[in-house]
Amino acid sequence: MRILVVGGGTGGTIVANNLARRLTSEIRSGKASITMLSASEKHMYQPGLLYVAFGQMMPDELYRDQKSLLETSIDFHVDPVEKFILNENKVTTKNGKTHNYDILVIATGSRTMSNKIPGLEEGAETFYTEDGAVSMFKKLREFQGGKISIVVGVPHKCPIAPVEVTFSLHDYFKARGIRDKVEIKYNYPINRIHSIENVAKWAKPEFDRMGIKCETLFNLEEVDVENKIAKSMEGSEDHYDLLISIPEHHGMEVIEKNELGRDGWIPTDRHQLTMEGHDNVYVVGDTTNLPVSKTGSAAHFEAEVISENISSIIKIGTPVTEYDGKVYCFIEAGHDKATYAMFNYNNPPDLKMPNKSMHWFKMSYNKMYWASVRGLL
Amino acid sequence: MSEIKVIDACNTYCPGPLMELITYMKQAEVGDVLELLSTDSGTANDVPEWVNKIGHELISSEQIDEVWHIKVRKAK
Repeated sequence: MRILVVGGGTGGTIVANNLARRLTSEIRSGKASITMLSASEKHMYQPGLLYVAFGQMMPDELYRDQKSLLETSIDFHVDPVEKFILNENKVTTKNGKTHNYDILVIATGSRTMSNKIPGLEEGAETFYTEDGAVSMFKKLREFQGGKISIVVGVPHKCPIAPVEVTFSLHDYFKARGIRDKVEIKYNYPINRIHSIENVAKWAKPEFDRMGIKCETLFNLEEVDVENKIAKSMEGSEDHYDLLISIPEHHGMEVIEKNELGRDGWIPTDRHQLTMEGHDNVYVVGDTTNLPVSKTGSAAHFEAEVISENISSIIKIGTPVTEYDGKVYCFIEAGHDKATYAMFNYNNPPDLKMPNKSMHWFKMSYNKMYWASVRGLL
Repeated sequence: MSEIKVIDACNTYCPGPLMELITYMKQAEVGDVLELLSTDSGTANDVPEWVNKIGHELISSEQIDEVWHIKVRKAK
């Protein structure tokens, strides 16, 4: 059984490592093989970018060599896929290679689409890339006073990020002793300040206490860079001195070009995590069109289900479990306290009050991630 | 008349039904009708508020077997 994993981010790496361990004997006997194709030789811990944007982590702390994270039985190639030929169970790559498979796992992730909004790329800082996070930190460090506005695109990776960056801005300028010279304005696309009702109920009074202004039903349409105005589809205008963007995301271009899913999101069964119409194709992480958070956490829990089912199909001919929509997200509530949200398809998150120990757990997890992505946690 | 795009946002908490509707509304063409399915009780108020503010057309909103079915036509 030839298993091909396309994409070496959180989801793809956990699937491949879990399978390599579950199928040790099958791989040794030649009955199974695992190949991974990735666009990069490096693996980035993306949640660390928020810390880079506030000078709390250095960019080089975010990376490991992808090969060093993989079980040695995994055949790893830096050679991105260009064509998915699903009806023939094969892909072709940038280097001109053809890889045939029996089971395909698509884990190509997502990308920012700041270019979809006129003026956004030139006019806003964003921490969703290494260069962006470093640039944002330099802008914050230079900032001596004025108004900082936060704008949020839909859909976006890490839905908790808008709240986290806002709390961090408050703490950052408070620590510098100039919080009274900085106005923070938070703009959010729906009727409350976060999509999770319990997060909104907790964060709104916190924002009020910190003097953070909020505007809801604000979907960014255009940035007037020259006059420093963010304009919403709903008709309002927000004048800023520094604009911070949580940009809209799409799935990867290769998914769109191969017409596997609109905007790069692949239609996926919400329980089996198979691509609609293709029982031997699994989709994991940001790449799915599922109505769950686009986070490493969702990718992790999905990856566990996928690897358990692929291995059971190989061993006994049938899947054994289903994805229940589980997500666990840390929520940094500033620079010294945190909480978390855990939920699935049937149970909403029950938010706990933020505390210091949860913050230090998150700081520890920033290191523990490398064990997690190896499939050891 | 084009086919109605159904968005199944039942039993989801994050990003939630209205975020899902906004995502698919961006993909739609003017005149397309989207039907949002949601088990979130707040959806019946949240969606019409956004639709009215942005200027789309609310066609119908009804609850059937604990699922809200909200149809919206993209107007601009």
